[in-house]
Amino acid sequence: MKVTIDGQSIEVEPGTTILQAARMIGGESVPPAMCYYSKLKGSGGKCRCCLVEVSKGSEADPRPMPKLMASCVTGCMEGMEVNSKNSDRVREARQSVTEFLLINHPLDCPICDQAGECDLQDLSFEHGKSKTRFIEEKRTFEPEDIGPNIQLHMNRCILCQRCVQVADQLTDKRVHGVLDRGDHANISTCISKAIDNEFSGNMIDVCPVGALTDKTFRFKSRVWFNKPFNAHRECTTPGCCGKTTVWMFGNEIQRVTGRKDQYHEVEDFICNECRFDHKDPADWVIEGPRKFDKDSVINQNNYTRKLDTVHIATEEGILKGREQDRKKISMTAIPLKKEEQEEFKNGNL
Amino acid sequence: MSKKILLDKINVPGIKTYEVYRREGGYASVEKAIKSMTPDEVVEEVKKSGLRGRGGAGFPAGMKWSFIDKKSGKPRHLVCNADESEPGTFKDRYLMEFIPHLLIEGMITSSFALGANRSYIYIRGEYMWVFKILERAIAEAKAAGWLGKNILGSGYDLELHVHCGAGAYICGEETALIESLEGKRGNPRIKPPFPAVSGLWANPTVVNNVETIAAVPWIVNNSGDDYAKIGIGRSTGTKLISASGNIKNPGVYEIELGLSVDEFMNSDEYLGGMSSNRPLKALVPGGSSVPILPADLIFKTANGEDRLMTYESLSDGGFATGSMLGSGGFIVYDDTACIVRNTWNFSRFYHHESCGQCTPCREGTGWLEKVLHRIENGHGREEDIDLLWSIQSKIEGNTICPLGDAASWPVAAAIRHFRDEFEYHVRFPERIKNRDHFVNEPFEKVKHLASKQTV
Repeated sequence: MKVTIDGQSIEVEPGTTILQAARMIGGESVPPAMCYYSKLKGSGGKCRCCLVEVSKGSEADPRPMPKLMASCVTGCMEGMEVNSKNSDRVREARQSVTEFLLINHPLDCPICDQAGECDLQDLSFEHGKSKTRFIEEKRTFEPEDIGPNIQLHMNRCILCQRCVQVADQLTDKRVHGVLDRGDHANISTCISKAIDNEFSGNMIDVCPVGALTDKTFRFKSRVWFNKPFNAHRECTTPGCCGKTTVWMFGNEIQRVTGRKDQYHEVEDFICNECRFDHKDPADWVIEGPRKFDKDSVINQNNYTRKLDTVHIATEEGILKGREQDRKKISMTAIPLKKEEQEEFKNGNL
Repeated sequence: MSKKILLDKINVPGIKTYEVYRREGGYASVEKAIKSMTPDEVVEEVKKSGLRGRGGAGFPAGMKWSFIDKKSGKPRHLVCNADESEPGTFKDRYLMEFIPHLLIEGMITSSFALGANRSYIYIRGEYMWVFKILERAIAEAKAAGWLGKNILGSGYDLELHVHCGAGAYICGEETALIESLEGKRGNPRIKPPFPAVSGLWANPTVVNNVETIAAVPWIVNNSGDDYAKIGIGRSTGTKLISASGNIKNPGVYEIELGLSVDEFMNSDEYLGGMSSNRPLKALVPGGSSVPILPADLIFKTANGEDRLMTYESLSDGGFATGSMLGSGGFIVYDDTACIVRNTWNFSRFYHHESCGQCTPCREGTGWLEKVLHRIENGHGREEDIDLLWSIQSKIEGNTICPLGDAASWPVAAAIRHFRDEFEYHVRFPERIKNRDHFVNEPFEKVKHLASKQTV
């Protein structure tokens, strides 16, 4: 079947969705996807980021489709013509979806572990506005502990439901899901159960935002200060491929994740043992550094090229403050000596 | 006196019970269909009748039936949508409560037409007492041999179940209803596949409103052509209207489609005019999700024709000057009503009932409600009115199911027709703070404050 997306034609098999066809073509016309995940059955159709305009339904029925279609769940038809990035209507719809996703999303990227590899950051970089029109209070949720390995930040969640599908399709017993409805819908475990399945860690990899992050990597480093390496080990867990990406800082492995492709989808799912329990470089066979996009945030850590230092043309005193003041506010004697601790307890320090 | 099809026997004492209903000629359509007609002939009659879906969208029922996939060999299902939750609509409740056997009869005849051996009535959780009435009616029908194995010796089997929802508006959307019936979270499915191909348990399914199914017995007993003679043009037959608001006689009425809005509103047979001496201000003709009409567009369309109670006439002029028949929730407002407050109330409902699956509806309905709440309480800003317009236009058409559209339309129509009232709220927060604005001081009297004028 022949489909044309933004003027570029491609032959695809019947049953291919518009999004898959666009990914085969590649380039700028690939719609962004926040909820669709090619490795998970039944994902997609929810976030509405991948809306496209079908200007010609098919060869048999050339009428345009009146509404914008979610490209991840709309199948290609013979002779279909689709406008993605070329259409103003599509651009506007993506901008509005981005705005909707951001109105209740906290602006905590500076302390979010996902920052730098977050799909929502990419989306708003491409389609977001710098100004907000939302002046109401953002909706928030009470923090919830869902187990020893995974940190849940419900405020950041965009309800793509990928993690629910991971639990459905990779683990034998799902203990979490979507509770409540509307803008109070939230990901939660049933009556505060802990999620402890050998494949539950993949929820972290599929999460497009920082709602599910790795507790063993929490606040350890910004992702762009780590160097990703492909690595593997002999994993005995059934179903685990043992092929991972290890994120290193010097000789230390700070984080282990699945290997992600250009659409941030893992090539293969890995088990929790690989992900959380093997942080010793001796456990791994390191294959070599991982390739990453030239424009990606990870590439900012590329210190093979000369770094420019920013010079601000002003007095040093303004930038640094007075010498004696800097001494005053810096704490030299931490940790305190034993007798000082006693003093401190009595409130005499 | 106009023709009554559904509520013809409603005043017969004891019509709730099987004996009286049967004595009054009930279940004749089942006998006629099973003994003397083929399923396809029944479908053909319904097609000829021009009966349109009474749940709101007005899709021709016969056409919907003919889409059902009969070739796949999978079992087929008929599901009756009794999850009537549209604010302003209460006709199905009336029908099921006072003449439950009519629905059961319609279900049997329709299931026979579709070849369904297992059919369901999905009723909303708030209608618990009606649920019990239906359960009893089904037990009576079963005892009399109208349900179960080998009905009337024809070899046709039918099991009919009533399923009680848990109080979610979204479960009135047909695919969400099917999900809920399967025991899952009531989230609308992504279409295609349509239920006619893959619905309940991936089997071909038809979902129809209570009123649609209740009209089938009459069509079978008489004929599709007789039904098509009632009404005007493509709006055939009769329609139940749930009338509420500032009118003399609120309640459920059966009207012949084609009656003029003026006659329906003002004749003593129907609503009997306004309940007080206050003038008419606005009308919501088809339940909360259809656009509201200002007084000058209620009895006449924009090009001066009489506005009739039909699908076509009510939507004459598109959304700019028209509305929709919808599910027939006829809400009348006199000039004490505050349109901003009413819009906020509807918006609050959609915010509460959004399923949260897709982004524009989940985030947008909440945003609309918050902004409207601010305006209604005197914290609005001038730019909020344009903001509301912008938000609703971004929700509409971009969602999985029609709930997003239903949340946008009332807001859009309120701004389109009553923009000066929004401006009044924004500019004179002092005058609205006691919540009795427009009661002592109708908007007409203060309208000049919000209008543009040169000094």
